[in-house]
Amino acid sequence: MTTLTTPVSEAATRALKVGDEVTITGTLFTGRDAVHKFLHDGGRLPPGVNLKGGILYHCGPVVIKDGQGNWKCVAAGPTTSIREEPYQAQVIRDLGLRGVIGKGGMGDRTMAACKEYGCAYLHAVGGAAQVLAECIKSVPNVYMMEEFGAPEAIWQFEVAGFPAIVTIDANGNSLHKEIFAASQAELAKYI
Amino acid sequence: MKLLPDSLLELVRRTSVEIPDDVHRAIVDSLEREKKGTIAESAMKIIDQNIALAKNKSQPICQDTGSIIFYIDCPVGFDQPGFEETARQAVKFATGKGFLRQNSVDSITGKNDGTNLGPGSPALHFHQHRSPEVMVRLVLKGGGCENVGAQYSLPNEKLKASRDLDGCRKVILDAVLQAQGKGCGPGVLGICIGGDRAAGYELSKQQFLRKLDDHNANPELEKLERDIVATSNKLGIGPMGFGGRTTLLGAKIGVLNRLPASYFVSISYMCWAYRRQGVALGPDGEIQKWLY
Ligand code: SF4
Repeated sequence: MTTLTTPVSEAATRALKVGDEVTITGTLFTGRDAVHKFLHDGGRLPPGVNLKGGILYHCGPVVIKDGQGNWKCVAAGPTTSIREEPYQAQVIRDLGLRGVIGKGGMGDRTMAACKEYGCAYLHAVGGAAQVLAECIKSVPNVYMMEEFGAPEAIWQFEVAGFPAIVTIDANGNSLHKEIFAASQAELAKYI
Repeated sequence: MKLLPDSLLELVRRTSVEIPDDVHRAIVDSLEREKKGTIAESAMKIIDQNIALAKNKSQPICQDTGSIIFYIDCPVGFDQPGFEETARQAVKFATGKGFLRQNSVDSITGKNDGTNLGPGSPALHFHQHRSPEVMVRLVLKGGGCENVGAQYSLPNEKLKASRDLDGCRKVILDAVLQAQGKGCGPGVLGICIGGDRAAGYELSKQQFLRKLDDHNANPELEKLERDIVATSNKLGIGPMGFGGRTTLLGAKIGVLNRLPASYFVSISYMCWAYRRQGVALGPDGEIQKWLY
């Protein structure tokens, strides 16, 4: 088990291998469809969203205000990442991301960007909304709520012990590709 | 039926926050089967913890609370419009309480009015029978797993699948291969052989009303169901597509007649967050018994 603390160094990212289990401590920012399209179209992140060496989370959380008026995240599982494939490589490069968390894996362009710029794709367990919400210790801020609405906004999460698996590393490997090829070969034996 | 609103709200709540026993048993078995110290085992552990947390906190198992699909068995003369109105109110109320996510979007404008009510939401399927019993079943089916459903038209040259059970087997296993890593496995397949395109998908979804440990009345289909699960679990796809021993928790097959010109195999995929419950209602609409 490797612990990643944000901001993550390039060396720490490059040391990760597919199949490694990691736990993340520090700051995550969420971003899904609207945010990726906005960045791709030349939009600027608001001040306060600093993703240099940071980790972006493909997630549309359920967040409520508690009795004291603080944000509280009650469900925070990953959303399907492949929808961001047209944008992700550019976003990794422009923002200097060291990690992207999501589910289902991503394609060749993202894999190439991970290798070139030193980023890793971290797969969270899909559907584990409650376990992952427990790892979110506080929600200090939300950005672009007006523009994008709650599920698509940029939420800042302070997390501790957030679990994920490296499925695309910064050295050109993808667990998704490996398992697909192996399972396809295996299936050929049974049909 | 003055207690119907409360009963339906409780049905929605329980369906969203608790996994049925037969599914939970299958998940615990597969956790035990995974090799110790693998990422497959870690994923199954997180899934198991998530199930317990959701139940204890009475919060949704997964944030995608999915399509809301009611199946109602009722006597002749049952007030269907009245039931539908009460079900819609229950859905709206459950959404306000956070048991359902604001999950229904106008397909043209992209607007989400936050009620989960609109064309097709919730979906209600009524079935009349000759007994006085009223039974209401509910399935919540997420979008990630819905997206990996597939419909094949046989023969399929690429997969060398002809119009027979072996051809059905080939396309079903292809669907398992293609779905890997998506739709939050380990999953369950609902399958329909035959029918037209609409009826095929419809019956494939109805398979999710069956318990995982039941048996198909048709021995040939029973054999095929078992074979699909056993073969899929040899492919090494595993939970979340991380590799491992459990790719499927179950496969259920139904059959419809077809036209001579058509041969469809329709496959719906249900994720591990398999949310299904049901109640038998008494004369006042009170819950008499849970069905799963
Ligand atoms: S596929 Fe199922 S478990 Fe995964 S995010 Fe969708 S509803 Fe949740």
